[in-house]
Amino acid sequence: MSRRSSKAKREAVKVAGLEFLAQDAKGVDLVFVPGKKCWVSVESRHDSSEKPGKAKASLRGYWLQTAQRPGLENLVLPEGLQELELDCSDVTQWDSSLLIYLRYLERLCQQKKLQCHKSNLASGIAKLLEISLADDADKAVHAPRPHFFQRVGLRSRQLLHNSLVVLAFIGELSLAIFKLLLGQPGFRGQDLLQQFLGAGPAALPIIALIGFLMGLILAFIGAIPLRWFGVESYVASLIGIGVLRLLAPVMVGVVMAGRSGAAFAAELGSMQINEEIDAYRTLGIDPVRFLILPRFLALTFMLPFLCLFADLLGLLGGMVVAVGYFDITWLDYYETLIRTTRLADLWVGLFTSLVFGALVSACGCFQGINCGRKAESVGKAATDAVVYSIVCIVLATAVITYTTVILKI
Amino acid sequence: MVAKTSHNDGKYMLEVRGLTMQYGQRVIQKNLNFHVLPGEVFIIMGGSGCGKSTLLHHLIGLHRPVAGEILLAGQSLWAQDDEQRAKLLRQIGFLYQKAGLWSSMTLAENIALPLREYTDYSDDEVRELCELKLALVGLAGFGHYYPAELSGGMQKRAGLARAIALDPKMLFFDEPSAGLDPTSAARLDDLILELRDSLEATIVVVTHELASIYEIADRAIFLDAENKTISAIGKPDELRRTCENPRVREFLTRAGKFKGF
Repeated sequence: MSRRSSKAKREAVKVAGLEFLAQDAKGVDLVFVPGKKCWVSVESRHDSSEKPGKAKASLRGYWLQTAQRPGLENLVLPEGLQELELDCSDVTQWDSSLLIYLRYLERLCQQKKLQCHKSNLASGIAKLLEISLADDADKAVHAPRPHFFQRVGLRSRQLLHNSLVVLAFIGELSLAIFKLLLGQPGFRGQDLLQQFLGAGPAALPIIALIGFLMGLILAFIGAIPLRWFGVESYVASLIGIGVLRLLAPVMVGVVMAGRSGAAFAAELGSMQINEEIDAYRTLGIDPVRFLILPRFLALTFMLPFLCLFADLLGLLGGMVVAVGYFDITWLDYYETLIRTTRLADLWVGLFTSLVFGALVSACGCFQGINCGRKAESVGKAATDAVVYSIVCIVLATAVITYTTVILKI
Repeated sequence: MVAKTSHNDGKYMLEVRGLTMQYGQRVIQKNLNFHVLPGEVFIIMGGSGCGKSTLLHHLIGLHRPVAGEILLAGQSLWAQDDEQRAKLLRQIGFLYQKAGLWSSMTLAENIALPLREYTDYSDDEVRELCELKLALVGLAGFGHYYPAELSGGMQKRAGLARAIALDPKMLFFDEPSAGLDPTSAARLDDLILELRDSLEATIVVVTHELASIYEIADRAIFLDAENKTISAIGKPDELRRTCENPRVREFLTRAGKFKGF
């Protein structure tokens, strides 16, 4: 507003003002000058040494958001006041900016123990102020920020609680599986079929792509050191052991964490937000058995099959490179593969993927069912599901690899 | 049907001329004509599925009408360019059916967002305004709460606090009492009237809650699902007694029985 220069426009700028008015002992009108922090006679403009106890805060002009207003932070109350009367009779137009100013003034008066009168307010202003200061307003309790040691304690308790939640989930899931083994599935066969279809066949295209490219890439990269020793034909064993034992399960696990684990978390999370999970519980249907178990079973049992599929395509990809690029005949490739790769490698890989399936689905379902009820909760649940799944996959790989090495499998 | 002029002389806060609403080929309501006077509490009533909420969404510019004109404070909503329309719509406050609070922000942040976006209030003033608006709806001191931590009625009131953040001239309510117990609903009704009186705002309410209709309406229109247009306009009390359309009378007498009229 200050940038406007022409006179006509400057007149159009609406201004809001506040003046403190009082009378001294002789009945001379005084006005308070905040800059000098003293009272001045209205007529003679002489400084007055008096400090009147009673004054009127006269608000005038356009108290609008767009107008030039005195800032809250610049407000100075005259010293020595005991009574202050708020007067809005000269206010031409107003909006909430006036209300916050009045509220601020009133609070300031309370702080300085002044008596504050609000006789001359327009009805609308008075009413809004009254509503806003009403005592029956629900009072929220402000908890004070906890002390450092308290925070450490609270955080530790939170951590403990979180681990108990995880344990409870594992317990519930184990119980559900146990009941399933006893012949009480607790879910609908149709749901199970649906989950199997979603976790298995629907994932084939992406698994095919990943598996084939994985074999291809590994063959190219693996051939580099092998060529130093002139044993390029052993690229087949590299692919055989590398893909079957490790790469296929891990890649399939990661892809399924992103694909199914996140989907489980998002599905269950939005069910949680819509109170659908509560609705199942109220009906006496255990959501763990009804919703989670089919997902858990589907992913756990489909993952070895997907892994097998990825194995085949990985070997095929490797062969394409070996035959097409390194002039190894496909018979050579096949023969080396059979000679150097044991069936145990395949079994280890398939077992690993079974474990990954259980971990990924458990992570996804856990995040989903423990999802908060905010808009961003579902997103967080899905992200966490993927992150935790991958962490679990890597940890499980380490454990399994170490164990198999020790056991010489 | 469509009036050629796109201005009235500003005597109506809201004017609707020949409005037709459609979803695809399905006509919801056709040829609606009505106006809302400044300072009025105007109720849009009707049975479920008659297009009440759709009409409200048209009035606040969420949907573009198939035919007809909507004038806010004398200015046609769709004759403006996007920027002008956004400016025009900023003069209205809207309370959504489910409060529509941004769940990732605290109540204070919810209220502060429009203030920070569209005004030049200082940080102190914004903080004061948040407190003030929350106090006005009876939620003083709840600024640091997240919407999910509040009850449905409190969320509605917080939504109202956000709706009045920019000192709107008009307030629109979509089913304000839906999902509230009678006491909370009545308190919200009182609050609507108090705010109308003190903010001098014009208020448009969509509801089928008969208790509210009798309590707060200056005038009301009845949207008819069968002949797809307005079948009554006037004071609810009078409509109940004198309206020629039996569906309107039936709609309004259920409350009569209820209240022991």
